[in-house]
Amino acid sequence: MRTRISTAYFFLAPALTAIFLFFFIPVIAAFLISFTDFDIYSLGNFSNARFIGLRNYLNLFQDPLFWQALKNTFYFVIVAGPLSIAVSLGAAMLLNSRLVKFKGIFRLTYFIPVVTTLVAVAIVWRFIYHPRFGILNYMLGFIGINPIDWLGNPDWAMPAIILMAVWKNFGYNMIIFIAGLQNIPEYLYEAAVVEGANAWQKFKNITIPMLAPTTLFVSIITMIGFFQLFAEPYVMTQGGPLNRTLSIVQYMYQEGFRWWNMGYSAAIAFILFFIIFLGTLIQFRVQKSSEI
Amino acid sequence: MGAEGEHIKALIPDFEKNYPGIKVKSQMIPWTAAQEKLITAYASGNLPDIFQLGNTWVPQFVALGAIENLNEFIKNSDQINQENYFKGIWDTNLIDSTIYGIPWYIDTRVLFYRTDILKEAGFSLPPKTWDELYEVSRRIKELFKGQEKYAIYLPTNEWAPFVIFGLQAHSTLLKDNNSFGNFSGQNFKRAFEFLIRFHKEKLAPLGISQVTNVYQAFADAYFSMYISGPWNVREFKKWMTGELADKWMTAPLPGPDVKTPGVSLAGGSSLVISEKSRNKDAAWQFCEYLSLPQVQIQFYRLVSDLPAVKAAWKDSTLQNDPYMKAFYQQFQYVVATPKITEWEQIAFSKIQQYAEMAARGAMTPDEALKSLDEDVNRILEKRRWLLSKNH
Repeated sequence: MRTRISTAYFFLAPALTAIFLFFFIPVIAAFLISFTDFDIYSLGNFSNARFIGLRNYLNLFQDPLFWQALKNTFYFVIVAGPLSIAVSLGAAMLLNSRLVKFKGIFRLTYFIPVVTTLVAVAIVWRFIYHPRFGILNYMLGFIGINPIDWLGNPDWAMPAIILMAVWKNFGYNMIIFIAGLQNIPEYLYEAAVVEGANAWQKFKNITIPMLAPTTLFVSIITMIGFFQLFAEPYVMTQGGPLNRTLSIVQYMYQEGFRWWNMGYSAAIAFILFFIIFLGTLIQFRVQKSSEI
Repeated sequence: MGAEGEHIKALIPDFEKNYPGIKVKSQMIPWTAAQEKLITAYASGNLPDIFQLGNTWVPQFVALGAIENLNEFIKNSDQINQENYFKGIWDTNLIDSTIYGIPWYIDTRVLFYRTDILKEAGFSLPPKTWDELYEVSRRIKELFKGQEKYAIYLPTNEWAPFVIFGLQAHSTLLKDNNSFGNFSGQNFKRAFEFLIRFHKEKLAPLGISQVTNVYQAFADAYFSMYISGPWNVREFKKWMTGELADKWMTAPLPGPDVKTPGVSLAGGSSLVISEKSRNKDAAWQFCEYLSLPQVQIQFYRLVSDLPAVKAAWKDSTLQNDPYMKAFYQQFQYVVATPKITEWEQIAFSKIQQYAEMAARGAMTPDEALKSLDEDVNRILEKRRWLLSKNH
């Protein structure tokens, strides 16, 4: 028995070493740094770093920009998360329907945005959203809606980012949902039809419960991904206007890698970690209680 | 970095021929990642012997202790000498009476304007004072009454005009040995309010999203004036073709009044030598080579970067370019921004943030500048601690 365990460790050793060196050590280092004011001065000379206890964390709670970024990120996660999952599920059900032809082509089309480079996508969407020349305002003009400065108006910028992010990302979850749907045995639906169930009843009583594990996975992955919102506002709005699209990760990046306030930046990272951890915990709880 | 990194290769063979003992290996890094790359290279001890630094980055690398004091090199050089450079530009490399970098190529911001539209608005010459700038802007707006057009482009994601006008109003920007913000002081406030008025009166477009392409917008007369640097001359030439080719010009910046010339920013890149380099003498020789007037002009022809050495400006390529005249005049009146590590953060994040707040009316100019000073003071806390520690 003993030899079997040590053999296992022997084979695990390379992976464990790598994880330890490149994951745990940096994480621990970052955690320690978050209690100092490590910055560009300290990079030149370590004696210029001060141990400041919880001051980074306390300062964060008084930093209006941090709260703004937190608010923006929650806005994004709470609106874009469910929306994205709903769109993915809807698309998956359409593609799984027996009535649809050329499934392969549709699946491919919906998946293309996921694999397209974000920078290219952002350029196209900036044109779509352009207040004077954009096709979105042009089309809205037909139904009598005045042009909106999508990315320049503080109230519309985040919805514009959400729309783009949902469009860009729903294809990935859609594929997972399709796999989930295909695992639901057909006889359940047949039995339901025999019992006289309508489409909505079938969806509510068969599809949703049978998809529960898939949905949990998808929602956790989506939530974690969306809390780390960065690239979309970074390329579209740089966090503006009036910081209304500044996300937590973007703020962390700015503080850390533009202004070299590593200590402060590390503190932001740990708060984000804590929030995501809490969010995942809640989702597990909800899932568990609904199973009973 | 960027185009410079690409084109410097063309200059190396000639140098190696003159200095047979020295071999130069160059590495290009893109501008957008440059600062990050260099700082991480410093942290891992991999800085090149000689490298280019944007001159506002010099203070950061001095704070790191990453770059060499060049005072001795200059004293022993019969070629590189303060007199050969524009005063304001040279000054950006001077920190506590030590020179850390040699200006390589330079830039500053001037006024780009549409000659045809200014003429139509009754100005055959570009504005020379703040009052004229405001007046011509109002008349241009009047000219396009009812149309969505503006007089001047002053985007709040460019801090430079706000700082330039502040400097013109004799603001020190920071105070007490650059350890506190001085933005709510009289002088800066005057400049700030002056510029915000352009946004408030719709003489300048508010958002940055309306203008996806400044060149196109300038060609369409969406705006008729823009404060920008030499890197845009070539682009504007490309876009202003056909009928529009002679409808634009550059001019030195207007000043606060008739007697005071309008100062602008001393920009550009310097050559610096790594403190840890083992080939400092060779690096210095390369630096001297790149500072030869004929090499500087050759480099200008390759990349359009303006030469730092004054003698190179006598070359016909520069003399015959009408757009360059304004730059030459402006270089006589350029000043450095505060030479402290924190300046980049103050300018890019804080000044822009509060300029936007004020321009959009989310804050009054007074409130914006008060908050700006509070934020700046917080950023400078570390600097105050270091100053008190070293005394």
